[in-house]
Amino acid sequence: MNADAPATARPAVELEGITKRFPGVVANHDIRITVEPGTVHAIVGENGAGKSTLMKILYGMQKPDEGTIRINGTEVSFRTPSDAIAAGIGMVHQHFMLADNFTVLENVVLGAEPKKAGALDTARARARIEELSSTHGLQVDPDRLVEDLGVGDRQRVEILKVLYRGARILILDEPTAVLVPQEVDELFENLRELKAGGLTVIFISHKLDEVLSIADAITVIRRGTTVASVDPREVTARQLAELMVGSELPTPETRESTVTDTVALSVSGLTMEADGFRSLPKGTPIAEYTAGLRAEGRRLLLDDVSFDIHRGEILGIAGVEGNGQSELIEAIMGMRPVHGSVELAGADISSWSTLKRREAGIGYIPEDRHRQGLLLEASLWENRVLGHQTRKPSRSGVWIDRRAAKADTQRIIEEYDVRTPGVDTLALALSGGNQQKLIVGREMSGEPVFLIAAHPTRGVDVGAQAAIWDHLRAARAAGLAVLLISADLDELIGLSDTLHVIYRGRLVARLDPSDVTPERLGGYMTGAISGSTAEPAGEEA
Amino acid sequence: MPAGLYRALLTVAGAAIAIVLAVAISSVAIIAAGASPEAAFAALFNFGETERAVVNGITTMINRSVPLFIAGLAVAVGFRMNLFNIGVEGQYRIAAICAAFVGAQFSLPAPIQILVIIVVAAAVGGLYALIPAVMKVTRGVNEVIATIMLNYIAINLAAFLVRGPFTGERAKGQLTTSTPTLPESAWFPNLNGLFEMFGLPAPRGGGLWGFLVVAVLLGVAVWVLLERTKFGFEVKASGLNPMAALASGVKPKKMVIAAMVLSGAIAGLIGLPEILGDKHNFGSNFTPGLGFLGIAVALLGRNRPAGIAVAALLFGFLDRAQGPLQFANVPPSVIAIMQGAIVLLVVVANEITSRMALRREERRAARQLGRNTPVEVAA
Repeated sequence: MNADAPATARPAVELEGITKRFPGVVANHDIRITVEPGTVHAIVGENGAGKSTLMKILYGMQKPDEGTIRINGTEVSFRTPSDAIAAGIGMVHQHFMLADNFTVLENVVLGAEPKKAGALDTARARARIEELSSTHGLQVDPDRLVEDLGVGDRQRVEILKVLYRGARILILDEPTAVLVPQEVDELFENLRELKAGGLTVIFISHKLDEVLSIADAITVIRRGTTVASVDPREVTARQLAELMVGSELPTPETRESTVTDTVALSVSGLTMEADGFRSLPKGTPIAEYTAGLRAEGRRLLLDDVSFDIHRGEILGIAGVEGNGQSELIEAIMGMRPVHGSVELAGADISSWSTLKRREAGIGYIPEDRHRQGLLLEASLWENRVLGHQTRKPSRSGVWIDRRAAKADTQRIIEEYDVRTPGVDTLALALSGGNQQKLIVGREMSGEPVFLIAAHPTRGVDVGAQAAIWDHLRAARAAGLAVLLISADLDELIGLSDTLHVIYRGRLVARLDPSDVTPERLGGYMTGAISGSTAEPAGEEA
Repeated sequence: MPAGLYRALLTVAGAAIAIVLAVAISSVAIIAAGASPEAAFAALFNFGETERAVVNGITTMINRSVPLFIAGLAVAVGFRMNLFNIGVEGQYRIAAICAAFVGAQFSLPAPIQILVIIVVAAAVGGLYALIPAVMKVTRGVNEVIATIMLNYIAINLAAFLVRGPFTGERAKGQLTTSTPTLPESAWFPNLNGLFEMFGLPAPRGGGLWGFLVVAVLLGVAVWVLLERTKFGFEVKASGLNPMAALASGVKPKKMVIAAMVLSGAIAGLIGLPEILGDKHNFGSNFTPGLGFLGIAVALLGRNRPAGIAVAALLFGFLDRAQGPLQFANVPPSVIAIMQGAIVLLVVVANEITSRMALRREERRAARQLGRNTPVEVAA
C-alpha cells in the first residue's frame, strides 16, 4: 500500500499457533495460516472441522486461548467484532443478517449511518454505495426492498455492507451454501473484481470444485488443526478431499432399489396461503380454489403439491431454502393448517393432530435440531421420551416409565453410537453429531412407517454423516418410506429413489437421480429452467 | 459423583452464600436505620425464654409458611411452562371469599364439609385463572397483563362481596365486616397434639393449623404430577422448548389452559389454612399479599416442591421476627429488605451454579468424545 513497500508485501492475515479449547466441541489446535494480500484464500474442511470457530476468532467474536493474530504485519488482539471491523476485517455470514422490510440502502448503512442534522443523509449514503458497487461490480438497486431480492442479490448486499464499513479483508463463511450453480458463478465474478481492487478474501467452504476454481491458495483444516497449505494449481479435488477427511470418503450412494408398490404416504393438492389459513368455501374443489388464489395473484407458500411415497422409497426434495420446504413439513406433520389431503397407509389423516400422526407412525428428523428436536436443558432419556410421551416404552398409563425410557435410551446410545457419559447427561453437553444421532435413533424407534428427514446430516461430522446415511439406507431396505429434504445436492442425488424440485411452493420437476447433474438441478431450483415435469413421469416398478 | 447430586450440592452451596450476602446487605440497612445489626439478628433467632413462647414462635412461623408454600406451588406450576401467573393474588382472594361463604351455608359431617369447601375454593381459583388462559390462547393476550388486571378486579370484588352480598352478622363491638361464620364442622382440627406429644405446652390462639397436612400432601401430589406423569413431562417440554413440544405432538393451547387452571386451583387453597384453622370466616382483615410473596417463594425454591417448602419456611421464619424486632428497637421493615435481597441473590446464585453444573457436564461429555482418538494427520 505504501510506495516503498518491499517486493513481497506483508501478509494481510497471519495466524500462528491459534488454539481454542471448548468443552465438548471440536476446537482449534495450533492453527497456522498466512494469507497474502490481494488474493482469494480458501479455508476448507468438513463440517465440524473447526472452520467456524477459527473465523469467529479472526472476527473478534471469540478470544483464542493461545496464539497470535497479525493483520498487515501488526499484532492485534480483538475483544469484539468492532475491533476487527476497525482493523479492516469484514464478515459475510452464511445466514444473511438483513432487515427484510428495509431497502438495500438502509440495510447497508444500518449501524453506520451518515447523518446530517441528526437525520439519515440519504444522498451521501447513496453516493457512497453507488461508488462501491460500480468499482467492485456489485450491481444492486439501492432502493429496492430486501424482501424482493433473490439470494444472490442479498449476498451482494451483505458484501456491500461490509465494504461500506471500510473492510479490506473479507471473510465469506460458506457463501455458496445457499446459492445454485449459476449464482455461484456470479459470486465468483464479484470476488475476482474485489481481488482486482486489492482486497483480500478469505473463503470458507467444503465444496472442493468451487474452491479449486476461485482460490489462489488453499489451507485445509481437519479436526481443528491446519493439516496442509496447498496451491490449487497443483492439487486435484480428490487429493484435497482426502486431506480434508483423512480417510476414505463416505458416499451416500444407495444401492439396488427397494421401492415397493405399496403407497405409504400420499399427499395431494397441498396448498397454503402466505397470509394465513382460511377455510375452503363449501363445495369448492381444491383445484378450483387454488386456481382462484393464483388468479388473484396471491402468494402461495405451497401451491398444489402432490406426490406419493412408497414403502422402501426415499423421495428427495431439492430446492433453495425458503421455497416451501418447511411449510411442506409442517403441513404433513399437522403443525400448520393447509388445504388438500394427506394420506398415511391409505387412511386420510388430514384432520389428525400432530400427536395422532406421530402415533400412527410418522417420524420426524427436524431441520433445526435445537429449535424443534431437543430439550437442550433436559437429560438424554427425557429427550428420548419427547414425541413418544404417549407410547410404549416411555409411558405406562398416566405415568412416564422412567426405567423403560432410560433402558431404551441406552439401546439407542449403543445402536447409534451416541458418545455420552450416560443417559442422564443433559442434551446440550453433546456435540452436534451425537445429538443428531440420538434424534435419528429416537425417530427410528417405535417402528415408523414414514419418516421425514430434513437436512439429516447438517452440521455433523463425517463419521456421524456416514452413520446416519447407513441408518437411513437400512431403514429404507426394511420398508420405511422417507421424505428427504436437504440442501446437500450430493446427499439428495445419492440417497433418493425419486427426486422432486420445489420452487416457490410448487413441485416444478421430477427427476431421475441416476442421471441428473447438480447443474441441471440448480437450473430447476432457481427457476432458470422452467418446465412442468420435464422428465417422463418415471416408471415405478 | 453423580451429576444430580453434584447439581444439588452446588445449589445448596449457592443458596447459603446468597443468604450470607443478604445478611450483609440487611446489616447495612439496619445500621442506616440507626439500629444495631447484632440486636436485630439476636431477635431473629430469639424465640423467647419460656417453653410456651418458643412453641408460640414456631407455630407462628409454620402457620405463616403454610399459605406461602401453597402460593409458591401455584406460581411454580405456571413458571414451569414459562407462564407468569401474576394473578395468584386475585385468584386466592376471590376463591377464599367464595369458599368461606359457601361453606357457611350448610352443615355436614366435618370431613365432607371441609372437602366441599376445599373443592369450591379450588374450582373458583381455577375458573378465575381460566379467564386469562382463554384470552391467551384465543386472542394472544399476554397473561402477565391479563392477570394483573384481573387482580384489581378480584381484590375489589372481594372487598365488595364481604361488605355486600356475602356479609354475615356482625358481632357486638366487632369493627370489621366478614362473611358468616363457618359451622364447627368446617373447623379444621389443629395439630397442637404434636407439641403435647413432646411434653410441650399448646400454643395459644388457633394453634398449629391442621391444614399443614393438606399442604404437605398437596406438595407431594404436585411433585408426582410434575416429575412422574405424562402431563408433567408435557409441561416441562412446553416450558423448555415450545417449538419442540409442538413438533412432538404436545398441544400448546391445551397445555396453557391446563397449567393455568391448575395453577389457579392451587392458588384457590392459599386462604384456607387461615379460614378453616383460625378465623372461620373471610373478613376485611384477611391476610393480603400472599400471592405476590408466592412469586418470590417459587423463585427462591427453583419451582420445585422441596425447594419451595424450604423457601416458605425461610420466609415464615423471617416474618415471625417482626414482633421481636420491634422489641429490639429495629424497624421490622428490615425483614422485607432481607427477603428481597435473598430472592435476588439466590436467583443470581442459581444462574451461576447452574452454569457451573453445565460446564461440568460438558467436560464429562467431552472426555467421552476424547476416547474417539483423531486420525493421524498425514499432510
